[in-house]
Amino acid sequence: MSLDRSQVENVARLARIKIDENEMADYVSSLSSILALVDQMQAIDTTNVEPLANPLDATQRLRADAVTEENQRELLQANAPHAEKGLFLVPKVIE
Amino acid sequence: MLDKTLKQLSDGLAQGDFSSVELTTAYLDRIKQADSRYNAFITVTDDQALASAQSADATRANGQATALTGLPIAYKDIFCTAGVRTSCASKMLDNFVAPYESTATARLADAGMVMLGKTNMDEFAMGSSTESSYYGPTRNPWNLDAVPGGSSGGSAVAVAAQLAPAALGTDTGGSIRQPAAFCGITGLKPTYGRVSRWGMIAYGSSLDQAGPMTQTAEDAAMLLNSLAGFDAKDSTSMDRPVEDFMANLQQPIKGLRIGLPKEYFGDGLDPAIRVAVMDAVKQFEAMGAVVKEISLPRTELSIPAYYIIAPAEASTNLSRYDGVRYGHRCDAPTDLADMYMRSRAEGFGTEVKRRILVGTYALSAGYYEAYYRKAQQLRRLIKQDFQQALADVDVILGPTTPSPAWTIGAKQQDPVSMYLEDIYTLSVNLAGLPGLALPCGFQAGLPVGLQIIGNYFDESRLLNIGHQFQLATDWHTRKPEL
Amino acid sequence: MQWETVIGLEIHVQLSTQSKIFSGSSTAFGAEPNTQASVIDLALPGVLPVFNEQALAKAVAFGLAIDAEIGKRSVFDRKNYFYPDLPKGYQVTQMDFPIVGQGSVDITTEEGTNFTIGVTRAHLEEDAGKSLHEDFHGMTGIDLNRAGTPLLEIVSEPDIRTAKQAIAYLKKIHSIITYIGVSDGDMSQGSMRCDVNISLRPFGQAEFGTRTELKNLNSFKFIEKAIHTEVERQKDILEDGGRIIQETRLYDADKDETRPMRSKEFANDYRYFPEPDLLPIEIDDAYIAAIRATLPELPDTKVARFIADFGLTDYDAGVLTSSRPMANYFERVAEQCGDAKLAANWCMGDLSKLLNQQGLTIDNCPISPEDLGLLLARIKDQTISGNIAKTVFQAMSDAEGSADEIIAAKGLKQVTDSGAIAALVDQVIADNLDQFNAFKGGKDKLIGFFVGQVMKLSKGQANPAQVNEILQAKIKE
Repeated sequence: MSLDRSQVENVARLARIKIDENEMADYVSSLSSILALVDQMQAIDTTNVEPLANPLDATQRLRADAVTEENQRELLQANAPHAEKGLFLVPKVIE
Repeated sequence: MLDKTLKQLSDGLAQGDFSSVELTTAYLDRIKQADSRYNAFITVTDDQALASAQSADATRANGQATALTGLPIAYKDIFCTAGVRTSCASKMLDNFVAPYESTATARLADAGMVMLGKTNMDEFAMGSSTESSYYGPTRNPWNLDAVPGGSSGGSAVAVAAQLAPAALGTDTGGSIRQPAAFCGITGLKPTYGRVSRWGMIAYGSSLDQAGPMTQTAEDAAMLLNSLAGFDAKDSTSMDRPVEDFMANLQQPIKGLRIGLPKEYFGDGLDPAIRVAVMDAVKQFEAMGAVVKEISLPRTELSIPAYYIIAPAEASTNLSRYDGVRYGHRCDAPTDLADMYMRSRAEGFGTEVKRRILVGTYALSAGYYEAYYRKAQQLRRLIKQDFQQALADVDVILGPTTPSPAWTIGAKQQDPVSMYLEDIYTLSVNLAGLPGLALPCGFQAGLPVGLQIIGNYFDESRLLNIGHQFQLATDWHTRKPEL
Repeated sequence: MQWETVIGLEIHVQLSTQSKIFSGSSTAFGAEPNTQASVIDLALPGVLPVFNEQALAKAVAFGLAIDAEIGKRSVFDRKNYFYPDLPKGYQVTQMDFPIVGQGSVDITTEEGTNFTIGVTRAHLEEDAGKSLHEDFHGMTGIDLNRAGTPLLEIVSEPDIRTAKQAIAYLKKIHSIITYIGVSDGDMSQGSMRCDVNISLRPFGQAEFGTRTELKNLNSFKFIEKAIHTEVERQKDILEDGGRIIQETRLYDADKDETRPMRSKEFANDYRYFPEPDLLPIEIDDAYIAAIRATLPELPDTKVARFIADFGLTDYDAGVLTSSRPMANYFERVAEQCGDAKLAANWCMGDLSKLLNQQGLTIDNCPISPEDLGLLLARIKDQTISGNIAKTVFQAMSDAEGSADEIIAAKGLKQVTDSGAIAALVDQVIADNLDQFNAFKGGKDKLIGFFVGQVMKLSKGQANPAQVNEILQAKIKE
């Protein structure tokens, strides 16, 4: 399945990745060839086959409701690109 | 000292032949002297290593040492190690110091092991050659122009080039087994759910597993004893008792039923690898195993299924890298959208971006059914193929890869050509089964490996087979010129 | 053209668990920013979620309380979008297989009419963090304390037709969730949040019109106003022949108008798929039965019982069951004094006034239900009058002691000795001869004046019924 440029731009926007003009052709071509590879799947009949999400078909374990974490703000904000007064700062969000 | 196995070093420490500090220093010196040739390490943790070694020696003096106490090890830079940079070989995390410890490395630390450092890998584990690392490629010690395989290339090379006696890697589509084969070492991908994924940076959540990369199957068993086991912090970790994986190593394999999938021996397989693997098969027969041909009909479909499922899961696993709370943030963002778009464009390399885009596309409106859901259906069929085969045989055997290691740069033009090389390893992750790679020969000076696939939680048997093979052959003792 | 309003409500309820849905961080309100945000809540590389069993239990309890189907196999999904208060870049929610399926809720509006509102489903998901837009020199501050708090999203069928019905439905949901203890339902703290979907269609048309979604409504009052405003806005557009744009709008309380929300401009493709780090939740009949066994009597059942067993009116029963603590309090008072109507009047009247005045809730009421019951018993056995009882009540609220202690200390016992009362009556007659003659002569209304005077003279302690009797007798003399 071949992708066109606008489809790649759309996906890049969904994924929040900026693609420069000079890279666009490469992405269109490599994405198209990957999708051509995976299109082989379409030839197989999978009617009534239950999708497999977890290899072991296991079910979820439950955790007891208890507070087990304590305040580690300083440690956890040590890697923050921009933190002030205990908050993570980002360019202003307009609602 | 540096050519000894983990088991031999453990015995040596126990006998007082050397101390952990001496051993650790020897490895640190070797890394300093030789790693510029290979680029296997991203971070070397000298001070921490020596401190751990001292502590291990003290533990030994107190009579409390166990099998792994004081033994050095290297960790793929995908494991969060507290207080130590954890980069996943990406510019996105180049400055990220993990504030917590992964379960896998914590268990080995509790067992007394000494961390030498963090090894190079394909960025965010996406790749089969360690060429996509932000820190440059790692070189195969058997031929410095060849790739070591990936994504755990740094760990494989650390062991093959004697920079560490053992290492940890991770395997999502073959990333332990394939570099093990390319570098002539032993690599085990355990059953999905066997080893906790807590603190192991996620690529393909339903496929990822951590595992030992060692010189021998026996060493892998030693490590698995401490690695394996239920972890309440990982909902996908299975609550199964952990047996002693070394207990059955000595069992003879007479009567073992081995299946050879005909799909693994088709035209795409390099003739020299075919010869090496068939020689190994003869060896197994000589040891009393019974070999028969089986079929895994959906083998080829594992490629499209994997290259939808893994990128789809990865595309969302990597959404957290947004420059808000940690990791790379672009300079002077004009607004929020700009911050996201440029931070992620700058922080991620090309292959990672490709897979994020493919994954995003596969999940997007209108395509989910045709791509993601279809791939998960195929996944069930692939699992069924294995279940059927393993009803008739005890283990499945074949080559780990269709070709030996290629030249660095040779497959950069066409990413798909690299994906096709994963054909024998991908389906094992899709089904969640355990797989062991063992060195079994050479092709033009480069190692080749065979792969043994077992049923769920059958690592003991795999390691037993590996150990018996390594008693009867000496491929695993060959070393590259250093 | 006659337009029919079609409303559906999506209510997000914060479940009152101790820890978050997928991490062991505290859910307590009001902490300093990012002091209740663990490695999991911050979405650091390598972290994994583990599911809180109380979140499951509370969700199932709610489902049972609205007679809904319970999903024995439910699945978590990832809902993908980018926003700074969403650390993973996806929200873990339930899409195709929610924990609670179809149910319904009976409501009675302010006007007294009954409706049944369908509930399509209720599912578990995690809350996002908070964005603070002021005081950061042109930047926004992100606090992730709230990120990961368990939410139950309750989705109604589009069965609601008026703002009053919407409010009645909300109040009913609020009452249910607080009754069964799955949430404190505090709208001011964000424990219960409501989004309103509104569309209009010509009466009689089966097809739904285009709907808009209203967000940022944090009180019943604003919800009612926002609905009115939006209905008017849509009506104006449609009557001018225009089309409604499907969009999300915010309600501006200051201007009493709605406006489009900017950040939702890009159509979002959420790319839902099953969450690979969590496995499907499977529960069996035994589990469901065990949860059912923990449910207290639900509001509707309690109302019916109060009417049947205590002979209360619909209205009184409704008021007294508005909160479970109040209902329990009332029952204990009624038991203690043996007179449900008396108990009801006092709980709805003097007691509620006291609590309001002192800013208290029934849980920290200074008078225990037993003590109030004993006071009311003293009215019933005529030890004191209703009026005197108010004085005693006041003293009890000031912690001056029990009813009997205060009556004794202040000498408030009702005077029932007919001789003593007759003497007081004689005195009042003597002091008001003209009025007495008028009363004797036929001005019956003056009885009130005379009773009042006797009561005043007796400092309220004469038995009013006896005063009445004696006065009547005196006329005939």
